[in-house]
Amino acid sequence: MPDIPFLKHAMAVDDNLVKIRGLRFGYGRGRLVYDGVDIDIPRGCVTAIMGPSGTGKTTLLRLIGGQWRPTAGTVEFDGVDVHRQGRRDLYALRRRMGMLFQNGALLTDLSVFDNVAFPLREHTTLPESMIRDLVLLKLDAVGLRGARDLAADALSGGMARRVALARAIALDPEMVMYDEPFTGQDPISMGVLMRLIRTLNDALGLTSIIVSHDVAEVLSISDQVYILSGGKVVAQGTPEAVRGSTEAHARQFLDGRHDGPLAFQYPAPLLAQDLGLGAVS
Amino acid sequence: MKSAWQSLAGLLSGLGRATLFLFQLLAATPHALARPRILIRQLYMVGTLSLVIIVVSGSFVGMVLALQGYRTLSGFGATASLGIFVAFTVVRELGPVVTALLFAGRAGSALAAEIGLMRATDQLSGMEMMAVDPLRYVVAPRFLAGFIAMPLLTAIFSVMAIGVAGGYLIGVSLLGVDPGAFWSQIHANMHPLDIWQSMFKALVFGAVITWIAVYQGYHAAPNSEGVSSATTTTVVASSLAVLGLDFILTAFMFR
Ligand SMILES: Nc1ncnc2c1ncn2[C@@H]1O[C@H](COP(=O)(O)OP(=O)(O)OP(=O)(O)O)[C@@H](O)[C@H]1O
Ligand SMILES: [Mg+2]
Repeated sequence: MPDIPFLKHAMAVDDNLVKIRGLRFGYGRGRLVYDGVDIDIPRGCVTAIMGPSGTGKTTLLRLIGGQWRPTAGTVEFDGVDVHRQGRRDLYALRRRMGMLFQNGALLTDLSVFDNVAFPLREHTTLPESMIRDLVLLKLDAVGLRGARDLAADALSGGMARRVALARAIALDPEMVMYDEPFTGQDPISMGVLMRLIRTLNDALGLTSIIVSHDVAEVLSISDQVYILSGGKVVAQGTPEAVRGSTEAHARQFLDGRHDGPLAFQYPAPLLAQDLGLGAVS
Repeated sequence: MKSAWQSLAGLLSGLGRATLFLFQLLAATPHALARPRILIRQLYMVGTLSLVIIVVSGSFVGMVLALQGYRTLSGFGATASLGIFVAFTVVRELGPVVTALLFAGRAGSALAAEIGLMRATDQLSGMEMMAVDPLRYVVAPRFLAGFIAMPLLTAIFSVMAIGVAGGYLIGVSLLGVDPGAFWSQIHANMHPLDIWQSMFKALVFGAVITWIAVYQGYHAAPNSEGVSSATTTTVVASSLAVLGLDFILTAFMFR
């Protein structure tokens, strides 16, 4: 329903598939990656998550998938608190999510075909002939039907990510999380993937979360955008709103300027100090 | 002083975690039995691929034992006992122990590196996100395969060392020991219990080596250094564990 904005808006208010409240998280005793964020992922929409490298976008997806546990705050998926589930219930939840890992995470001892068939074989009792049809359809959608017999470790980075995408949607999940799906794709695959993500979302009524740095592309296919930085949400809203935003963080990120409130540098002492160039106050 | 306590505490908590891991692993093994295809593939990886090194080493160990045994026994005019000398040494000690050390170097290191690399490339996380438990799918079949393969490899090692290419070849063909005496002495003095104890040792060693290997791989730091240190630790720790356990088992078995 991308062309009925008010309806979408109504849904966004009423019906969030994922609801994150007061999320705080840090790896070990290190720096906090998240310091109290609220994020809503509306059902049936494409939500883009953007932010500088190292802000914790991948971490966010892993928190939603229940692989890490927040220090404080809650993550709800379809009304259930992901981090309060026993193992069995958590696995049942995960079956309803698909995730495309940043590096593909294909099983290297299996072929392309077997990788996409893997979740089907593990979670369904479909006959092999039907699995074959399903796998070929998914592979066809990402343009790699002809590559089905290749070994997974014989793929280029872009191809591996497309196979991983086919695998992420193999079980027809309710929600798909794409971690940087466009990285390493040529302009043609990029266009196909963008359309594919949008079409899947609309035709199958999925909910999609896209993490990506390709600002223009992502804004063109998403319904809602979050820009994260420094453990906080710095801008959110529809692509139009974010594009026209005058908020300093959002502006800097979208325009790709190096001066502004967002630091390009990972927190560090002054350069002159690090290089030992005398007293710097 | 404080650091000694800290390293002791670290060792104990590490042992605790490894034990907990073992229980989780054991709980997952029935699921590994339900996937015979994966189990067979792993048996091939840890067992069949270790065959060559086991056969060659078994032959050489047997040949050396025959040479050394002949020299010692001829001093007592007892060369007719060469067969049982080789057989006892191999079945009671060298068979299980040397096989285990080779197994740790060949299969244990490969297991740790493989699982560690799966960790480093997010394959294990990927499985978890697909709601497939890597303990069931990846770790348990490998553990079970190691457990099954070790006694078989030990048996092959022992047969090579005593009979086919080792002791018999050197003792009978080269040194001229009477073949009838060689076999009849073994037949008269070797008890089934000796063989059962040998197999028991092999089972224990196999379980401990694969336990250490899968634990190290599964908990490897997700980078190349983590994988290499998991591999090294596996070989060092499991070799020491085998030698230490061998002493304890022997002390209890041959009182
Ligand atoms: N397993 C881990 N252990 C410790 N720190 C980690 C771990 N994974 C990530 N981090 C740290 O957490 C922060 C967020 O990492 P994350 O991978 O979520 O970033 P990201 O937003 O996905 O970046 P990118 O756009 O480069 O993929 C980084 O500073 C990183 O150093
Ligand atoms: Mg990332």
